[in-house]
Amino acid sequence: MEVKVGMADLNVCASPDSIITLGLGSCVGAVLYDPTTKICGMVHVMLPDSTTIGAGNNRAKFADTGLDELLKEVIKKGAKKERLVAKIAGGAQMFSVNKSSPMLRVGERNVEAVKKKLKELGIRLIAEDTGDSYGRTVIFYPETGEYLIRAIGKDPKTI
Amino acid sequence: MSDLTLDSISTQYFDVLKELGNIGAGNATTALAALLQCKVDMKVPQVLTLDFKDVGALLGGEEQIMAGAYLGVEGDVTGSILFLVKKEIAMHLVKKLMGDMASDDFGEMERSAFKEISNIITGSYLNALATMTNLTIYPSIPDLAIDMAGAILSVPAIEFGIMGDKILLIQSQITDDIDIDGFFIMIPDMESYEKILSALGILS
Repeated sequence: MEVKVGMADLNVCASPDSIITLGLGSCVGAVLYDPTTKICGMVHVMLPDSTTIGAGNNRAKFADTGLDELLKEVIKKGAKKERLVAKIAGGAQMFSVNKSSPMLRVGERNVEAVKKKLKELGIRLIAEDTGDSYGRTVIFYPETGEYLIRAIGKDPKTI
Repeated sequence: MSDLTLDSISTQYFDVLKELGNIGAGNATTALAALLQCKVDMKVPQVLTLDFKDVGALLGGEEQIMAGAYLGVEGDVTGSILFLVKKEIAMHLVKKLMGDMASDDFGEMERSAFKEISNIITGSYLNALATMTNLTIYPSIPDLAIDMAGAILSVPAIEFGIMGDKILLIQSQITDDIDIDGFFIMIPDMESYEKILSALGILS
């Protein structure tokens, strides 16, 4: 079965299932994975920081609260925190417009915020495919630990 | 007005968008007919409020390939605008404009032509808003992305995400020889919502 993760959403799954998020742009798809139990979870982060923005009640929306929540969920599912590793993808800059918006580099800021939070949680980031200016569909397979990335007009790659 | 959230003003703003949708789509239809030199009809536009997770489904899935023109807005109102159509529709419009000169792929010329069409359409909406509110609104030059719907929509979704958990958009359907479903998304900065609503006498 393929477990779906929507925008500003999170979910967990265990082998032999896989977990997917479609059409990531500036958002980041962060996966936490326990290779021993083959349990994983994915969060689709939209914004870097809940403390400076704070609108809405959706914890999955932000890098900081999203990863806290995801960690809780994968542990509930049976993963051990000490064994967890992370893989991340996304954080593209879809448009370049001459506009004085702080949100313009939000992809890059999302990636930084996810990395910072992982460090805080003591979870090792083992692979990433981030930045650039194109959308990504990402699928994680807990059976093998492979993170597959598809983009328009590009060969699929696995990290 | 820091306590202003999108959820608290969305009902009023929804009505503004409906009005804007009607006038803007009307203007856009006239402008497109002139540009493409053909008869163009318009259906009544819809204003939609969607949860982030449901946006993809409306557009035919997150992986549907779309052409999106994104531009910044400056002046009394600041924010950004995204105009979005399916890639085939964008190509159809480009071919209408360029005739035999258009190839089947989005090269430099085709991209430039689509930016021009997007300028005309977004300009029609912005003029409608400027007229309704008597505010000054200047659009920037658009940037174009041809990519998955989800990826393109992440940009306005993130901007809406600062203020709430929903995205507001105008869906308009115009017809020349084919049905052209276009999506117009306007994301005013927080202070600009207040300006727009005040200018219309909704917020005092």
